Amino acid sequence: MTEEIAVHLSGVTVQYNGHTALEEIDLQISHGAYVGIVGPNGAGKSTLLKVILGLIRPTRGEVRVFGENPDRLRGRGRVVGYLPQRPLTNPRFPVTALDVVLMGRYGHMGLLRRPKAEDREAALANMERVGIAHLAERPIGELSGGEQQRVFIARALCVEPKLLALDEPMVSLDACAQDELYELIYELKEERNLTVLMVCHDLMAIARHIDDVVCINRRIHIHQPPPLGRVGLENTFGCSVEYLFHGQIPHRVVEEHDD
Amino acid sequence: MMIDLLSMGFFQRALVGGVAVSALCGSLSVFVTLRRMSFIGVGVSHSAFGGVALGFLLGVDPLWTGVGFAVLVAVLIEWAQSKGEMEEDTAIGIFFATSMAMGVVFVNLSKHYNVDLFGFLFGNILAIGRRELWEILLVSGGVLAFIGLFYKELVFLAFDEEMAWLSGVPVSLLRYIFLVILALAVIVSIHLTGVILVSALLVIPGAAARNLSKDIHKMVGISVAVAMLCTLGGLVLSAAVDFPSGATVVLLLSVFFFLSLLANKLPCITRPFVKS
Repeated sequence: MTEEIAVHLSGVTVQYNGHTALEEIDLQISHGAYVGIVGPNGAGKSTLLKVILGLIRPTRGEVRVFGENPDRLRGRGRVVGYLPQRPLTNPRFPVTALDVVLMGRYGHMGLLRRPKAEDREAALANMERVGIAHLAERPIGELSGGEQQRVFIARALCVEPKLLALDEPMVSLDACAQDELYELIYELKEERNLTVLMVCHDLMAIARHIDDVVCINRRIHIHQPPPLGRVGLENTFGCSVEYLFHGQIPHRVVEEHDD
Repeated sequence: MMIDLLSMGFFQRALVGGVAVSALCGSLSVFVTLRRMSFIGVGVSHSAFGGVALGFLLGVDPLWTGVGFAVLVAVLIEWAQSKGEMEEDTAIGIFFATSMAMGVVFVNLSKHYNVDLFGFLFGNILAIGRRELWEILLVSGGVLAFIGLFYKELVFLAFDEEMAWLSGVPVSLLRYIFLVILALAVIVSIHLTGVILVSALLVIPGAAARNLSKDIHKMVGISVAVAMLCTLGGLVLSAAVDFPSGATVVLLLSVFFFLSLLANKLPCITRPFVKS
């Protein structure tokens, strides 16, 4: 059986206002992989994620998500769960946590339809899974940072996705909440057979469960065979931080695969 | 005296038109404030002045030229912003000043006509005829039906555009349609409050409702109720004390807003009312 490809990018370049955000990106991610995307500020991490989601169209190159153009894929609204970098742009927005999670069902409902009992049940079940069912009726702006992230993860799960894309989910969380969230995301990935793409600053933490690390600074370089085993990742990351932030040669570190 | 007034056709038309306009603006207002589009409301309403004046100059129904101008300016603002050509507030500042200036020139050119410029700028709902009333009712009905049908999507759009797009909501189309219905609402509301004050109807009811509720579904109801209450109260009050009707409605809205602010700061007063 051939391995299913979740994400396939070839020759992807993104430019805006004369500035090149991503250059000639070739990337292939297998379904079921847990991939961390790291790199310095302004390196194009979020841009890469948004290109994969279809939120940004590449200037050149081709993007395929589960073999399809993301633009076409989104019409069905059921493949990608997304946690944006700042999901709550207006903390005073007058909706409850349950309202927010229900939004994840809209792709299933389609236009003009109102949420039914089964949609509510699905939303509540996902809230239960991430441990926030008791907060369903609370206004979203009154929850703590960690609780809000769980609400948005529950919303992403309501899509019943095959691909979960998270853009710096740990920002503004304390170390303890970060740990819990990393564990939760890993458990969900295993439980629901997800491909997970996570933009992340915290190299140490993602080293724990991660399959591949995509290091990006406008371009991606892929080292193969992999220079590092999983055990060495943490130490190497410690040493590489300076390299990543100041180096001119971005690269990708790939864990050794069995095949 | 009030009984006499209520039996008069012009006052009945004013009341019915006022109620329709306030239901329309009250419901739109929730989305205008949540999407932080208050300044767009100001821009689009002022732009309408150019179009309405052009209608008078050419001797055609100012409703259509007004709608044309307002829609054009709304779409230009959206387009300039989406293309990243300029900041949204800059675009609004430029387009609405240009359109107002054109309006002044058109009014000047048509000075031999009997143009009720003051009514235009500050509203005169007591002067609407049957035809205008029907226009108000049609536009209000159409827009309210649209909001009812696409309510879920409009809330999603206001909350998180990217996620809405990913879920298959036609985000770009809805943004443009929202601007068009905003322009339509502005045009029919000009009868009540005039070009200058119309943005009050598009901003204050939603802002007051936000002070009184943390639940968007209740907010829509409260916003419509606030707009209707202040409109009816304003019309009756203006007739009783002989004040200009549009300005009285806007002043009542402002008073209500400050009361709602107070209620928000002193939750003991409103606890039974505001629960979540």
